[in-house]
Amino acid sequence: MDVGLMQMQRRLAEYTSALFKEGILDSQYVQLQELQDESNPDFVVEVVSLFFTDSEKLLNDLSRDLAQQNVDFRRVDAHVHQLKGSSSSIGAERVKNACIVFRNFCQEKNIPGCQRCLQQIKQEFLLVKSKLETLFKLEQQVVAAGGSIPTSGSLPTMQQPIL
Amino acid sequence: MPKSQFLGVPSLNDEVTALVVDDNKVSQMIHHQLLNVLGIVNHVVGNGKEAVEIHSSGKKFDLVLMDRDMPVMNGIEATKKLRDMGVKSTIAGVSSHSLSEERQEFIEAGLDDYHEKPLTVAKLLSVVSKIKYKA
Repeated sequence: MDVGLMQMQRRLAEYTSALFKEGILDSQYVQLQELQDESNPDFVVEVVSLFFTDSEKLLNDLSRDLAQQNVDFRRVDAHVHQLKGSSSSIGAERVKNACIVFRNFCQEKNIPGCQRCLQQIKQEFLLVKSKLETLFKLEQQVVAAGGSIPTSGSLPTMQQPIL
Repeated sequence: MPKSQFLGVPSLNDEVTALVVDDNKVSQMIHHQLLNVLGIVNHVVGNGKEAVEIHSSGKKFDLVLMDRDMPVMNGIEATKKLRDMGVKSTIAGVSSHSLSEERQEFIEAGLDDYHEKPLTVAKLLSVVSKIKYKA
């Protein structure tokens, strides 16, 4: 095998491993990778791109909501709930955890607490966005050099027949 | 090789039909692909009202994956309405609410199953194994 390709694949593996070790991604991201197939070869990139677009809008909405004179905490909570759901669905663990803390401050109607949480979520979001964009670039390089992207294997089988 | 075979799970070969009811676009995309990988023909709508309307139009599904919090009509109300309409499909609540009271309220609306998001292949297989009524 091409030495250059081997080095790229090792770099990709190390970079991916670090994302999980640092808690930036969790096992849900692996689930997404396992859903990608020939009929949907860009599934992970498409879902993650959608997450980025949706989240940016939600974060803008939250900034606006918290800047209101009379903060509508139900509306804030609904937005954070959405963001928590999306981040959890793609495996963005630190964003998800920051959303959980945010919702607690929402329930207390604690505006300074909410504002601090919003800043934290923005930081975590920018971090996961940057890391995933780098990950996708590394994957593209491996594929362009003739390699493939490894995914982990084991999923449960059905225990009983249906219908 | 079909993805389902690669993952070590049987494909349902389009024998099962499902409706995804969720306002979150990321969840819609993931649940749609999850069902595709298992060979389950599926349709996606964005809230409970659309779920009720598609059933009113005469369409039937073996399985409904119902989110709880949605605009226009939430999952609790939509589930109650579908049951009142006589819909016998397996309705599985899929939500990110972890409090037991919130979960219980959703279950009592008429669910056959409930799973916390994110939905995984394992959870979906568990739901599919509970399908009792073939549309």
